[in-house]
Amino acid sequence: MSTETHFNSESNLEKVLKSGQFAFTGELGPPRGTDVEEVKEKAKFLKGNVDAVNITDNQTAVVRMSSWAASLILIQEGLEPNYQMVCRDRNRLAMQADILGGSALGIRNMLCLSGDHQQFGDHPDAMGVFDIDSTQLIAMVKQMRDEGLFLNGNEIHQPPKMFIGAAANPFADPFEWRVHRLAKKIEAGADFIQTQCIYNMPKFREFVRLANEEGLTEKVYILAGVTPMKSVGMARYMKTKVPGMDVPDEIINRLKGVEKDKVAQEGINIACEQIEEFKEMKGVHGVHMMAIEWEHMVPEIAEQAKVLPRPVFS
Amino acid sequence: MIVAQRKPFAEIKEMLQGYNKVLNVGCGTCVSVCLTGGEKEVAVLNTELEMARRLDDDPIDIQGHTIERQCDREYLAELDSIIEEGKFDALMSMACGVGIQFLAERYPLIPTFPAVDTSGLAVNQTVGWYEERCRSCSQCVLGFTGGICPITMCAKRLLNGPCGGTNKGSCEISNDQPCAWFRIWERLSGQGRLDSIKKINTTRGWKDQAPRNLMQPGYKKPEKMVK
Ligand code: SF4
Ligand code: SF4
Repeated sequence: MSTETHFNSESNLEKVLKSGQFAFTGELGPPRGTDVEEVKEKAKFLKGNVDAVNITDNQTAVVRMSSWAASLILIQEGLEPNYQMVCRDRNRLAMQADILGGSALGIRNMLCLSGDHQQFGDHPDAMGVFDIDSTQLIAMVKQMRDEGLFLNGNEIHQPPKMFIGAAANPFADPFEWRVHRLAKKIEAGADFIQTQCIYNMPKFREFVRLANEEGLTEKVYILAGVTPMKSVGMARYMKTKVPGMDVPDEIINRLKGVEKDKVAQEGINIACEQIEEFKEMKGVHGVHMMAIEWEHMVPEIAEQAKVLPRPVFS
Repeated sequence: MIVAQRKPFAEIKEMLQGYNKVLNVGCGTCVSVCLTGGEKEVAVLNTELEMARRLDDDPIDIQGHTIERQCDREYLAELDSIIEEGKFDALMSMACGVGIQFLAERYPLIPTFPAVDTSGLAVNQTVGWYEERCRSCSQCVLGFTGGICPITMCAKRLLNGPCGGTNKGSCEISNDQPCAWFRIWERLSGQGRLDSIKKINTTRGWKDQAPRNLMQPGYKKPEKMVK
């Protein structure tokens, strides 16, 4: 894998992936206030059960504690953050400043995203910055890290260390383009990919097959996105209301087919079956578990998915 | 063409509060074509204002005059005599933002108010429907995007789209809004030119972040501006 020749970012996630082990990452949404305890409480359930934790950046365009600040709380708690950065809220100056600051204080992973449009959020009239896009952000972080240069070509005194992540949505249109877009993000410098939540397995298999065929899975680590369904309502909402989400009827029917108090467990069962398949799937190197506002279930899910114990590096 | 939308009546009325002799100036070009600020719309707005102010027991003397182009000194000059004789205490303009400013600049002692919100460079899709197509970014990318503008039509101004939110050809912001990048992909694949967007489009320098001037080669600013 070509990522092996890349700069060593000192990231735990990078070590797990480079050692050839199946990665398992989690996700945590910062609070809508200054409550540090809330972050610590959620982090408690993730500690020891995941290799790194994505810290969302004003997710769904709703204001929250900044992702770098919540990332630092995680570091203090002994977890490794995967600092998410969206292009919606910052221009290139602010982005580079936050990359330097994050790296200086120990952040070693970054996920580069365009970000949901502000129209969805709690400040729908905000100016969307979108100075650069996610592909350009990936390239910018890579240039900062590998060449020690700011976007404008000026030298950085002590460049940042980052393991660079990007997102892929195999389910958005046009399907044929998704592998090309993945290729562009890899070319820009992505070391790892976390995908959109997967429910449509046949489509995902096809995506990975194409990525394998193009040799892309030799160049990047792919973490398959999994979000267990908590209820039939959630499944319906994801199917109809969340752009770029593909929830086949089989999933909804399967959830509907069990007794009401067993729906959540059925959601976890589906997720664990998926994870079993991902472990064997050529071109998939791990799972990104997005148990949104369900962090306390992660220990159980990790147990049932047989991904424990997580590797530890001295 | 430039399109504009008439401001809400309450806002217009509020702006003219305290002014009793007003000239409403229409424009016969773009805003006329998009049915917002031509002769007819000037007359309609004036009637509405007269009625509302009469109801308020605060009558307004509002006159209308529509010139060919408010963004052109030659046509604006037509107004000199009308404005001089009329002794208006305020001007209102139904032209685009450019026209409104040119009018205000010509008569700097008279307060000038906008009656419209200028809202883009658009095409006329069908009568009454205008779709924004260009943000005049000073750096046209249409050459590699198959003639579809992502700066204007992609809600995130992406240069390497489509993003993960594109939904059966629609943009993530609404099912009614086509995804610009989906269309770009479609058009380029039809032309066998997908290579054009397989390359990474690198970071661009925005050229519209400070006031712009266009000076054609061989021309220069006059020593003194003539009215
Ligand atoms: S790229 Fe778009 S906004 Fe820029 S000049 Fe061309 S059409 Fe206008
Ligand atoms: S869905 Fe399409 S038009 Fe909308 S933001 Fe994404 S790429 Fe742009």
